[in-house]
Amino acid sequence: MSKIQFEYFAPETIEETVALLQAHGEGCHVMAGGTDLLVKIQHRVTHPKVLVGLGKIKELKRISFSLKSGLTIGAMASLADVAAHPKIKKHFPSVAHAAASTANVQVRNKGTVVGNICNASPSADNIPTLLVLGSRVNIAGPDGETRMPLADFFLGPGISALKPGQFVTSLNVPVPETHTGTAYLSLSQRGQLDCSAVGVAAMVVMDKNKCKDARIAVGACAPIPMRTTAAEKMLIGKPLTHKAIEAAAVRASKETKPITDVRASAAYRWKMVAVLTIRALIEAQKNARKQ
Amino acid sequence: MKHHIRFKVNGDQYDLAVDPWRTLNDLLREDLNLTGTKFGCGTGDCGACTVMLDGKTINSCLTLAVEVDRREVTTVEGLAPSGEELHPIQETFIEKGAIQCGFCTPGMEMSGLFLLNGKKTPTESEIRTALSGNLCRCTGYNKIVDAIAETGKKMKK
Ligand SMILES: Cc1cc2nc3c(=O)[nH]c(=O)nc-3n(C[C@H](O)[C@H](O)[C@H](O)COP(=O)(O)OP(=O)(O)OC[C@H]3O[C@@H](n4cnc5c(N)ncnc54)[C@H](O)[C@@H]3O)c2cc1C
Ligand code: FES
Ligand code: FES
Repeated sequence: MSKIQFEYFAPETIEETVALLQAHGEGCHVMAGGTDLLVKIQHRVTHPKVLVGLGKIKELKRISFSLKSGLTIGAMASLADVAAHPKIKKHFPSVAHAAASTANVQVRNKGTVVGNICNASPSADNIPTLLVLGSRVNIAGPDGETRMPLADFFLGPGISALKPGQFVTSLNVPVPETHTGTAYLSLSQRGQLDCSAVGVAAMVVMDKNKCKDARIAVGACAPIPMRTTAAEKMLIGKPLTHKAIEAAAVRASKETKPITDVRASAAYRWKMVAVLTIRALIEAQKNARKQ
Repeated sequence: MKHHIRFKVNGDQYDLAVDPWRTLNDLLREDLNLTGTKFGCGTGDCGACTVMLDGKTINSCLTLAVEVDRREVTTVEGLAPSGEELHPIQETFIEKGAIQCGFCTPGMEMSGLFLLNGKKTPTESEIRTALSGNLCRCTGYNKIVDAIAETGKKMKK
């Protein structure tokens, strides 16, 4: 079968990129690592007219960290770079872990964390952790630079809040308070190779034995990666006993709206959200103590 | 519109005009006749198309030819530049019987080498994880894992 044909541009600046996106309108796609996009083109799910490759914009490769402004991951920072970055491993171990548990070596060498977000798949492995950490997305567009909480970025499966002409330049993760612990756990049929059937991230901020703040985000169990806020509320201000954790986990599971698909049944997903939430909260609590 | 790209493959410089929708895999196999790199699934699952781009393994089926402009590609042919003397990983694959039909071999060797470039004495589990993006349809995994471990020891000497 003949290949889908398209034009390609490799701009060297953010401004040029916005101008190209504006000029070409619908059918024009941004390409980071291409590990989602080129598969979709190969499967003829996406029929682009124009691709705008971000590979020549040097500043987008950057990963930076400071205690004041937190962690900034550029749009072209690969999953492998994020997984191996010493500062990320030290200050945001669950962010490094989520990147390391995405796909395989070759895909991690090329695919990006920001691409995983922009693809807006409900099962994307990097999103739940970044959601519980309160991340923000930096966006460039015709009206200049804007910032948006990651929680507002997802509108539906594969649909992001980006407007025409806009693209994501980087992702910012604020430095968590002291005594914060996070964890991400996922299940899939083929280890980490395929997209997750269920993914749960948890974050807790501990004040001695009491839980000062709690956040839980679930992937692959609703049209978008979602926070389970009712379950979170059950934990805030309380001691993190096993009973409290179990009750919150059951609640988290009730908040999700999974469907049955090729990866798992809805019933299995409901059960596993509870199981993974328990494990993630326990691990997050442990990690909070380590600090 | 064709794009002009300038890049290196196995140390040789190329200047070519390519259609933007063609992959690095198309370019290597069809235009440069470097058919050591295989084409299997075309969707990142099998790893038969694995090459190194600036020293890191990637799937050449999920890389557009235009993306390699000003960059360096290494294929399995680049492991034995003279065409006669083999690279230690190639020798060891033969010694250990890690090759059956051979279709996955170039990709396995590139992935193995990428691992060994970072760590000469990986554990078995590290080797298996490093090969998680490479499938062997003849299922000779144990011998492939052995061959990579053995190559690491040889390279350390
Ligand atoms: C074999 C294989 C296994 C995989 N396993 C997993 C897995 O286990 N877990 C998982 O979550 N994913 C997995 N994936 C999916 C994919 O690798 C990841 O989602 C990856 O992070 C995508 O990043 P990318 O840079 O390649 O994105 P691209 O393919 O370049 O882009 C993805 C989408 O986002 C858009 N986009 C990219 N960057 C931007 C930007 N800066 N601004 C605006 N839009 C943008 C693109 O237009 C496109 O629609 C797998 C893929 C393969 C091929
Ligand atoms: S052909 Fe590239 S991964 Fe299968
Ligand atoms: S040796 Fe035949 S596919 Fe691996």
